[in-house]
Amino acid sequence: MARANRPLSPHLGIYRWQIANTLSILHRMTGVFLAVGAVVLVGWLMAAASGYEAYARVNAWLQGPIGASLLLGWTFCFFYHLANGIRHLGWDLGLGFEKARARQTGQLVVVIAVMLTLGFWALALAGS
Amino acid sequence: MAEFRLPTNSRVKQGKTHKAPGDASRVRRFVVYRYDPDSGDNPCTDTYEVDLDQCGPMVLDGLIKIKNEIDPTLTFRRSCREGICGSCAMNVDGVNTLACTQAIDDIEGDVRIYPLPHMPVVKDLVPDLTNFYAQYASIKPWLQTRTPAPPDSERLQTKEEQERINSPSACILCACCSTSCPSYWWNSDRYLGPAALLAAYRWLVDTRDEATGERLDHLEDPFRLYRCHTIMNCTNACPKDLNPARAIGEIKQMLAVRRL
Repeated sequence: MARANRPLSPHLGIYRWQIANTLSILHRMTGVFLAVGAVVLVGWLMAAASGYEAYARVNAWLQGPIGASLLLGWTFCFFYHLANGIRHLGWDLGLGFEKARARQTGQLVVVIAVMLTLGFWALALAGS
Repeated sequence: MAEFRLPTNSRVKQGKTHKAPGDASRVRRFVVYRYDPDSGDNPCTDTYEVDLDQCGPMVLDGLIKIKNEIDPTLTFRRSCREGICGSCAMNVDGVNTLACTQAIDDIEGDVRIYPLPHMPVVKDLVPDLTNFYAQYASIKPWLQTRTPAPPDSERLQTKEEQERINSPSACILCACCSTSCPSYWWNSDRYLGPAALLAAYRWLVDTRDEATGERLDHLEDPFRLYRCHTIMNCTNACPKDLNPARAIGEIKQMLAVRRL
């Protein structure tokens, strides 16, 4: 038998996206995006430390269309990653493994993340 | 490192279409993965039009009808046709399940059938399960004891103790769960996968078993156990409605508790 020549059956391309696996990959992607955001945060702090002009330039960029969209994305990622992280803590305690319950908490996490993001920006814009 | 693309010899091409006879009344298209090891060609998907009015209700009925009446070369495993042998596990409509317990009418549109995902394909819908079985064997799925059994009776359990192993014992090793798991796709050489871990759990919670410590030692490994990221595909796919994700979570808890 030519075992080495056996083809590999299709996987990612054919498996159905369900709530569980979609939210799982979203958790990882938001985590990666947040890690990139941490670099930008450090850049912002460095700009603040290196004087008024640099700080103003970075701030202007962050308030522009690209910067503002990224900030919006980062806040959603932050709240989603936070809420879903708490869902993971529940699993670590042995809670919420039932199929229906896992689906409910998944939907809840998305709703909470969207609401916190909107609430955060409502507060931020009202304050500025 | 995870390889997301299929290797060049595995990319799926468009195959043949077998039309239904003209008098067919309720036609459904079955799109089935085909691979012939003797041809040297890449895998492809063949389309079979099946008259559901002349076919049993389950996906397996459709496959058997295709094999009997349209294309005898179609190859798949099946035996009990009632969800207890686990032979006809495959990917139907994007989710791993048993073809014999999956109703055709519960699927919308074409019935798309692939072998269990990310497995070496022997032929058509038949995957090579060698590694899967070896992983099952590696968790030593048998009762291990040190103390002698009571001279005048079996090793007894209470009813509650028995109930803890009822559900994990119902696993039929169909491999639907393990091959639904992206972690298993990328790391099946080192990660044991949900089926083997559910079996490990079954022996960990068995009060008659006296090798709990060794069993946990074996699992305490960044890959064997901890590649589980609670994606939950396993539990969502299990055709026996078992919960491998919870079992793995409980094993992680056992390991955490024993460090205290």
